[in-house]
Amino acid sequence: MAYDDALAKYEPVLGLETHVELGTRSKMFCSCATTFGAEPNTQVCPVCLALPGSLPVVNGTALESAIRLGLALNCSIASWCRFARKNYFYPDMPKNYQISQYDEPLCFDGHLDVVVDTPEGPREFRVEIERVHMEEDTGKTAHLGGATGRIHGAEYSIVDYNRAGIPLLEIVTKPIEHTGELAPLVARAYVTELRDLVRALGISDVRMEEGSLRCDVNVSLMPRGATEWGTRSETKNVNSLRSVERAVRYEIQRHAAVLDSGGRVVQETRHFQENTGGTVAGRSKEEAQDYRYFPDPDLVPVAPSAEWVEELRAGLPELPAAQRRRIKAEWNLSDEELRDLVNADAIGLVAATVDAGAPPAEARKWWLNELSRRATESEVELAALSITPAQVARVVELVAEGSLTNKLARQVIDGVLAGEGGPDEVVEARGLKVVNDDSALGAAVDQAIADNPDVAEKVRGGKIAAAGALVGAVMKATRGQADAGRARALILERLGVQG
Amino acid sequence: MNNDLIRLSAAELGAAIRAGQTSAVEATRAYLDRIAAVDGDVNAFLHVDDEVALEQARAVDARIAAGEETGPLAGVPVAHKDVFTTKDMPTTAASKILEGWRPPYDATVTERLRDAGLVILGKTNMDEFAMGSSTENSAYGPTRNPWDLDRIPGGSSGGSSAAVAAFEAPLATGTDTGGSIRQPAAVCGLVGAKPTYGGSSRYGLIAFASSLDTPGPFARNVLDAALLHEAFSGHDPRDSTSIDAPVPPVVEAARRADVAGLRIGIVREFSGEGYQAGVLQRFNEAVELLESMGAKVVEVSCPSFTTALPAYYLIAPSECSSNLARFDAMRYGLRVGDDGTRSAEEVMSLTRAEGFGPEVKRRIILGTYALSSGYYDAYYGSAQQVRTLIKRDFDAAFEHVDVLVSPTTPTTAFPLGERTDDPMAMYLADLCTIPTNLAGNAALSVPCGLAPEDGLPVGLQIMAPALADDRTYRVGAAVEAALRDAWGGELLAKNAYAV
Repeated sequence: MAYDDALAKYEPVLGLETHVELGTRSKMFCSCATTFGAEPNTQVCPVCLALPGSLPVVNGTALESAIRLGLALNCSIASWCRFARKNYFYPDMPKNYQISQYDEPLCFDGHLDVVVDTPEGPREFRVEIERVHMEEDTGKTAHLGGATGRIHGAEYSIVDYNRAGIPLLEIVTKPIEHTGELAPLVARAYVTELRDLVRALGISDVRMEEGSLRCDVNVSLMPRGATEWGTRSETKNVNSLRSVERAVRYEIQRHAAVLDSGGRVVQETRHFQENTGGTVAGRSKEEAQDYRYFPDPDLVPVAPSAEWVEELRAGLPELPAAQRRRIKAEWNLSDEELRDLVNADAIGLVAATVDAGAPPAEARKWWLNELSRRATESEVELAALSITPAQVARVVELVAEGSLTNKLARQVIDGVLAGEGGPDEVVEARGLKVVNDDSALGAAVDQAIADNPDVAEKVRGGKIAAAGALVGAVMKATRGQADAGRARALILERLGVQG
Repeated sequence: MNNDLIRLSAAELGAAIRAGQTSAVEATRAYLDRIAAVDGDVNAFLHVDDEVALEQARAVDARIAAGEETGPLAGVPVAHKDVFTTKDMPTTAASKILEGWRPPYDATVTERLRDAGLVILGKTNMDEFAMGSSTENSAYGPTRNPWDLDRIPGGSSGGSSAAVAAFEAPLATGTDTGGSIRQPAAVCGLVGAKPTYGGSSRYGLIAFASSLDTPGPFARNVLDAALLHEAFSGHDPRDSTSIDAPVPPVVEAARRADVAGLRIGIVREFSGEGYQAGVLQRFNEAVELLESMGAKVVEVSCPSFTTALPAYYLIAPSECSSNLARFDAMRYGLRVGDDGTRSAEEVMSLTRAEGFGPEVKRRIILGTYALSSGYYDAYYGSAQQVRTLIKRDFDAAFEHVDVLVSPTTPTTAFPLGERTDDPMAMYLADLCTIPTNLAGNAALSVPCGLAPEDGLPVGLQIMAPALADDRTYRVGAAVEAALRDAWGGELLAKNAYAV
């Protein structure tokens, strides 16, 4: 069913459950390292392999990160809460239960304000946060020997337990209502804002392509004007901002088609398909597991003191919304300019580049033009480019002091992105400095005059415009690194002509 | 065989080794010879490796020779319950599912035994995963009671109690979840203590019921038990439920051995129907003895104790159903049916069907049911409420008395096979010991004579508040001293396997 038709008849209600892998050095309940991409099953120990007799101990940094995120999301922080065991059998879960939190979350009742662009201008939505709780990740299973890489048809499966026990925060929204046709954009804006918040807090670098932020998207529809919510579907595996938007849009259309044909929406788990942008049915409610939650007797209750919570609150950094307001005012940006920065995911990067010494306009220019283009070409997020704000600031500085032309600066960026080192190293290694040293330039000028006696004669005769050909020869000889203005001045000087 | 060495108490043997009158190697040889001579009858050990034991003994002798500060038990052999992980010996919890498993790490209790210079002779038999009261649930055949080989040695730590009673070891470790140290100690005529929950570490103890499991000592006398208690107890950062407090002064209390002025409460609910006449007779005599030594004896009522058994049989199975989920054939232990045609789930199911014994399955099923959605509140939830009531009964009683006393078990050792088809009858063996586990308090069982009708040992249970373990040792030592005079020596000297 067409999207607009669906929205004309039905009102969507959304719910988002987001898992964020924390960037702690050690796992949630043991001291194993958490480095991404390590050799399989090398970051494991008796605890995260669930060897008989081993016991979990809570990672204090993970707890602190959870409280800080809760505070940044305007949540209340529980003065006493417990971990619970979520029991189900699966080979990638060493204990066959996951340590999570059930009816006693660490953080609850918060909100996050998000802004969505509409043709009528920016519009703000308040997303209510139900809870933020701590849990541990599972291992990773690969199904081999089959055609599809799925469990069905595979000959055998292998499990990597390096990820088992990595700390996760689960952030659950309350039902998000009254978004109408903006539902997909609100969902996307929420996940984006949450991601930026997590980054600003420094509790995770949120590399979505590595699965360090994963989303489950709940959608239900009710006829316009109705007050009773429809049956919801839960779409798992939604692992990019664009996919969040697409998944919501797809589910709205799918639900609308089912309802319109007189059918009933089945409460079920669905899986998002990156290639088609659609979802396919997974587990239905009938087969749903009974997780037999109960408080984990291996762990003592978590009871953060009010003093500690206040200390953490006082230590929160400037959060993205406040940063946007400040930057808009300080840099004197229009709504559109701010929107471009936000849409390009560049605001934090530009701010950091400014902090590193670049003028705001220059920093914006490089990130929004050159670097955004590179990111699009490589199909990665802007922040995933292997260049730091400090390096961009240095490039800006080199251009400003005349050591690089814009063209050369782009080559320096090529080098940095290619992993050849920082800007200065690339300049050195590639020999990219602008040639404005008069003796080196002078030699090139003399050579150009000697090689082009006819042109030199014309210039001497007053046809100053002909000097352009000599400048071109100088530029060619210096592989573009000469300062063209200086070269021209020298040529005229040598030929005894006033420019 | 060196019976003179074997006859020494652990304290005496330690002193003799320190004084250079004998060595750890000689003591270890004496006990290994003793095991070789009698364990065919008793079946107390699941695993003994002479060379591994002697190697430890040689290392201890070298430490002593080098002048290292070693504790009072350095060089003294110990039998170690097969529920604690040991790097140099297999660890099976008497289950087929872990047959031959060699842990890559030592339990904290194991580590502390080694640090204190104790020599681990081998691993003792037990009810599978510590579930039982007779050691008949071992996958490796029952252990027999040295007082009468046709009777049970108690359980679950029956291998440990039988080993000490048959003089195969001067000391043994055990774990007490519902009475698994005190009941075997009582029916074998030994001293056995259940420390305060959290007073001894559970790290490396293969979990049965996490909120109840407590490592504790077995010995022939109270002082030896106190020395072993002190050697392996104390705070362990690897166990979150471990208490960060000094070990109660149990050795000092065992040496003090007086009860003058102490207020002792008799639990009214622990007598009457179901109690063997001879057990009550010896218990009453012990109470009179305490009174004659200057203790003030009063009767107290703890009405909730009568509901302790059903509460225990909901809480312990619930926790075990989750704790034992990790035995799934994926990472260690038995694997059944992995012939390349079956799914992981099928292999898990076949392995668990074959690897677990009937009592373990009974409890897993019971616990799975009790935690199920819709039943949780009625079963697990109300059992937790009962637990709170039991704690309150203890608290109320301890406002008026310093310790509580009761028979340790309602009957003396029953014949092998008598209760294997009647789980309820088997469960009743722990009637008097379970409340202490549910409350997390300290308790100790000390021999108080032989029942006139069957000539088998009777135990006196002494219960104290959490972290007041020393009181149980103080009272136990006083009873022991008085009765030793009356008996003309240790009660244990009267058993068929005494040396």
